[in-house]
Amino acid sequence: MSETLALRPEIVNPDTPLGDVRVEASLSWFERIYRIGAVRKAFILLALAGLWQAYGLWLGNPLLFPTFTDTLAAFFENISNGVIPARTLVSLETLLIGYGVGIVLAAVLTTVAIGSRLGADLLEALTSMFNPLPAIALLPLALIWFGLGKGSVIFVLVHSVLWAIALNTHSGFRSVSNTLRMVGLNYGLRGLKLVRFVLIPAAFPAILTGLKVGWAFAWRTLIAAELVFGVSSGSGGLGWFIFENRNQLETANVFAGLFTVIIIGLVVENVVFATIERNTVRRWGMQH
Amino acid sequence: MTMLQSPAQFEPLLSVEGVTLQYKTPDTLVTATYRVDFNVYNSDRFVLLGPSGCGKSTLLKAIGGYLRPTEGRIRLKGRDVTEPGPDRMMVFQEFDQLLPWKTVRENVIFALTASGRVGAAEARERAGAYIDKVGLSKFIDSYPHTLSGGMKQRVAIARGMAMEPDVLLMDEPFAALDALTRRKMQDELLQLWEDTRFTVLFVTHSIEEAIKIGSRILLLSPHPGRVRAELNSIPSSAMGSPQQVALEGRINDMLFGHH
Repeated sequence: MSETLALRPEIVNPDTPLGDVRVEASLSWFERIYRIGAVRKAFILLALAGLWQAYGLWLGNPLLFPTFTDTLAAFFENISNGVIPARTLVSLETLLIGYGVGIVLAAVLTTVAIGSRLGADLLEALTSMFNPLPAIALLPLALIWFGLGKGSVIFVLVHSVLWAIALNTHSGFRSVSNTLRMVGLNYGLRGLKLVRFVLIPAAFPAILTGLKVGWAFAWRTLIAAELVFGVSSGSGGLGWFIFENRNQLETANVFAGLFTVIIIGLVVENVVFATIERNTVRRWGMQH
Repeated sequence: MTMLQSPAQFEPLLSVEGVTLQYKTPDTLVTATYRVDFNVYNSDRFVLLGPSGCGKSTLLKAIGGYLRPTEGRIRLKGRDVTEPGPDRMMVFQEFDQLLPWKTVRENVIFALTASGRVGAAEARERAGAYIDKVGLSKFIDSYPHTLSGGMKQRVAIARGMAMEPDVLLMDEPFAALDALTRRKMQDELLQLWEDTRFTVLFVTHSIEEAIKIGSRILLLSPHPGRVRAELNSIPSSAMGSPQQVALEGRINDMLFGHH
């Protein structure tokens, strides 16, 4: 054994010449720009807008498919004459009320569920019954109960938000590690204090997912509900704006309405939720 | 030396009397320990040692108040232990025992304020002092996910000590660490004990660790856990001497020698 080892010569480099390798080289400007996520996304959006414009021009029928520039013009016109901002405000106000009430109810339900086995059974039964039920299907009933107006829309909004958030929050609570729970108990935290100081932050990634899903559901339900009806005392929301302009064959305005819905969705997702995520779950190393 | 004084003249800090612990799995009732007796006195470094399945961790959880004995009683300073509380701080084996949404400093402060041990200003001061004691001042504003396993355990120890509990309960706190870090942490723990003389109840399955950490060692035999012996350990100056080898051999024989 030792003989074979001795047979192999040792390798020692007295100095290790570098040659012409550059240890640190700056990337080309193209590569540097390409690495910025926002630039890549903007490029995709621009390309889509270009396709849209090309198809619109080729089709040449603004009644069926207005071009991108027509849509932009209609969008800015309706912003400057105050129609879109007013409609957006109506929609957002209704939306936030429904979303808020949904969050509060979800919080109550999940707290009850985490506190007792019966509560957990109740939440499971309710979510499995109501979660698959489309919110819009409740609208006729809501109209009978709450009449033609905001109340009905808020009712279906709450329904669409509540179950998604409750389901996610509950499964988040259940996946909190037993060690963290024991640490909380060790501090003498019980009941609501344990929920507030340990379970909610520990389950925050799941809660945030629930909030996002809930927001998307709420937005969809709202626009759909406003399309079905949505005008109460002369002031409708964005869904109504879309519906109204379709009736008047103002297709560019219909597109402008849809455009507004998309932009609000993008802003909420990429600014509001992204900021919350960066300052919470990412910072805490709970999500990457 | 404390062991020369007669313990009869002191009341024990923690007394475990005839404790039988049982827990249910979906289809069986498991008896983890059977009529275990022992007393822990002030400034003891009391080690629960035994092979896996001897119920030592379950016993520690019962002392922590997470589990009620089916028989017997556990008393701390004469009062029955009924629920978890800040007078018995736990240091767990798992690295996820720190709250990930709080920095090192906030983790210690929150323990102190949430339990109502001290007010905010005092908590801040104490947190700084104990984090310094475990040598983590540089990382005081870091979030736990940026720390190594050993550093996380140091924070957990700092947090436990900052609470100044009647007894610090340590559930194999170094078991998930690599061998080098583990030895370093054992030395540090002994140094901390020299400084403040806290009472610690330490669970381990390593005979070597038990001899090194403990001043008194309780040997538990498995399935279910019963007291096999309660031994005095050797002074730390005798580590590596024939005395240690002899004690190790004795413990080995008692735990694994005959059935």
